[in-house]
Amino acid sequence: MHAGDSGSEFVKRGAERPTFGKRGFAPWTDRTAQPLLRIQALRKRFGGFTAVDQLSLDVYQGEFFALLGPSGCGKTTLLRMIAGFERPDSGRILLDGVDLAPVPPHRRPVNMMFQNYALFPHLNVEANIAFGLKQEGMPKARIAERVADMLALVKLEGLGRRKPHELSGGQRQRVALARSLAKRPRVLLLDEPMAALDKKLRGETQFELMELQRQLGLTFIIVTHDQSEAMTVADRIAVMDRGRLMQVAPPKDIYERPNSCWVADFIGEVNLFEGRVGADADSVEGTAFGRLRVGRKIDVEPQGRVWVAVRPEKMRITPAAPERQASVENCATATVVDIGYLGDLSIYRLRTEAGVEIRAAIANTGRSADQAIGWDDRVWLSFAPEAAIVLTR
Amino acid sequence: MFKSLMKSKKNHSFWQSLVIRLPFGWLLAFFLVPFLIVLKISLSQTAIAQPPYAPTFDLAAGWRGVQTFFAGLSLDNYRFLGTDPLYILSYMKSLQIAAFSTLLLLIIGYPIAYAITRLPRRAQAILVVLVILPFWTSFLIRIYAWMNILQHDGPLNQLLLALHIVREPPSWLSTDTAVYIGIVYSYLPFMVLPLYATLEKLDEQLLEAAADLGCPRWKRFWLVTLPLSAPGVVAGALLCFIPIVGEFVIPDLLGGSRTSMIGQTIWMEFFANKDWPTAAAVAVVLVCLLVTAIVIFQNHAMRGSERD
Repeated sequence: MHAGDSGSEFVKRGAERPTFGKRGFAPWTDRTAQPLLRIQALRKRFGGFTAVDQLSLDVYQGEFFALLGPSGCGKTTLLRMIAGFERPDSGRILLDGVDLAPVPPHRRPVNMMFQNYALFPHLNVEANIAFGLKQEGMPKARIAERVADMLALVKLEGLGRRKPHELSGGQRQRVALARSLAKRPRVLLLDEPMAALDKKLRGETQFELMELQRQLGLTFIIVTHDQSEAMTVADRIAVMDRGRLMQVAPPKDIYERPNSCWVADFIGEVNLFEGRVGADADSVEGTAFGRLRVGRKIDVEPQGRVWVAVRPEKMRITPAAPERQASVENCATATVVDIGYLGDLSIYRLRTEAGVEIRAAIANTGRSADQAIGWDDRVWLSFAPEAAIVLTR
Repeated sequence: MFKSLMKSKKNHSFWQSLVIRLPFGWLLAFFLVPFLIVLKISLSQTAIAQPPYAPTFDLAAGWRGVQTFFAGLSLDNYRFLGTDPLYILSYMKSLQIAAFSTLLLLIIGYPIAYAITRLPRRAQAILVVLVILPFWTSFLIRIYAWMNILQHDGPLNQLLLALHIVREPPSWLSTDTAVYIGIVYSYLPFMVLPLYATLEKLDEQLLEAAADLGCPRWKRFWLVTLPLSAPGVVAGALLCFIPIVGEFVIPDLLGGSRTSMIGQTIWMEFFANKDWPTAAAVAVVLVCLLVTAIVIFQNHAMRGSERD
């Protein structure tokens, strides 16, 4: 009805801005594209602790950007500096080319969704959503209209008169989202928005959030320590550690082409083998797994120190020696130490003759397979040369 | 709440139900029973006897004794309160002083409590101790100290003369001003502590959220801090208002003799006039007034905090 109509109007208004079908959305590869948000050599210290260290970053209009890292890596501090709650020691934050340094938080065209939602307990849902609009001095009738839009958008119609304490955790999360979106911020900052939800609800909410972001065409920056969440929702992920950016790339690249052992190890599980580049430049010698052949030429001079990373799901386990292919090097015998059954996957912990521990993840596709390999079995481990990632640091 | 308490009682063990009933027993023994005794005295007549009122309950006389006892009770004392303006003026005076003092306490206490919460944790603890430090000295001694400070050639007037603020030393004692000074001084901790307790719990992130949504600093105080500290304001106001209405020592030592507060009137009836029944009636009316005021105030405050 009325609320529904205006709800779609809110979305349409958003769609007037440049929106992107997410397929082929990659403004960061376009040299001519102007970033919406530019962070330049940003630095913030708390006492002797450097929270954010010489960090530079560009975020583009319409992007869903994730800041991912272990706790204490500075991701929340970075978000709070964009919102204006923390003042950087040095460096600049530019939004639409305007330096935000002299702009107090209440004048910045960005809004934040807080980790514990920070809903006003003395106001009902409508008043919470209307709070920011009232500060803008928007006429009452338009506020009511916008609030109805927002309630429809987050599917909370009919709950407008409730107080926050009368809502479930998931509903509170939606109110917080609606409140932070109501002013149509240039950038929406989300601080661990799903940390308080249970796992199943979190999964659904992730997809809803992506859908919402695509509909509205707004720019979202999400802070999370949950890598699967970042991988699911984001167009690009910035992996942070100790105040620095380790890698900024789309989820697939972060996983398939990490730029360092740290990132490879932080995102998902990985088996790392240290060695030296062979004379033919497409093999690595002297690893605990023996001589490893990799899929492409290594851009390091022979005898240079490198690491070969292999994801557990790229490992193959066979009861007998694998058929002699080109990759005769990439196999070894090992003993099964432990099997973790996860339902869809089984995680195998194995030990090679040399005493190196290897992890392998095998998809449980067939029912008959479950008896094939058990504890203490001697098996053959192997992986394809293309599965190997060569890292230089 | 009471109902749910009763319902859940079934699952409780003997000791649990004892613990639950203990406060009720306490209230019964030390509040309700004494109140009923005072109520009974207020319905009696003065008598030159021990105790100084009649009728008294005579168990030996049996059923006839009970009948004479109830026949002897009357509402005469309450009618008497209405005829003498002394009592009405006294009530008015008490309510007026209590209301105005409570307002003063709020105006002075809120900024103090708010300022304490803005400080680092350690400093907060020290300041809270400082707020309650005056309690370590006897209340009476502190009021005597104020008599000394406020007397004609006392430190206050000497200071005012030395600073050339006044040419003639004003007389402070025996004025309402002195009563206000004494009350505000004595009751400030009762206002500051509940306010501090609510303000201290206030989630800093709510203020950030308000700022994020475009609310400037002064407005954040009005729209977030103040409404969320309403429970503290209500608690502090009740904690001050109720005892101030019945305050006896401060107006007696610092106040004038023209109009007395209700506490002084009760004292006078009890000890000077030996008129226990009238004193009891004054006290019962005071309790009724206060209970009505509290119920109205709390209902209003509740609705206020529920409202958006």
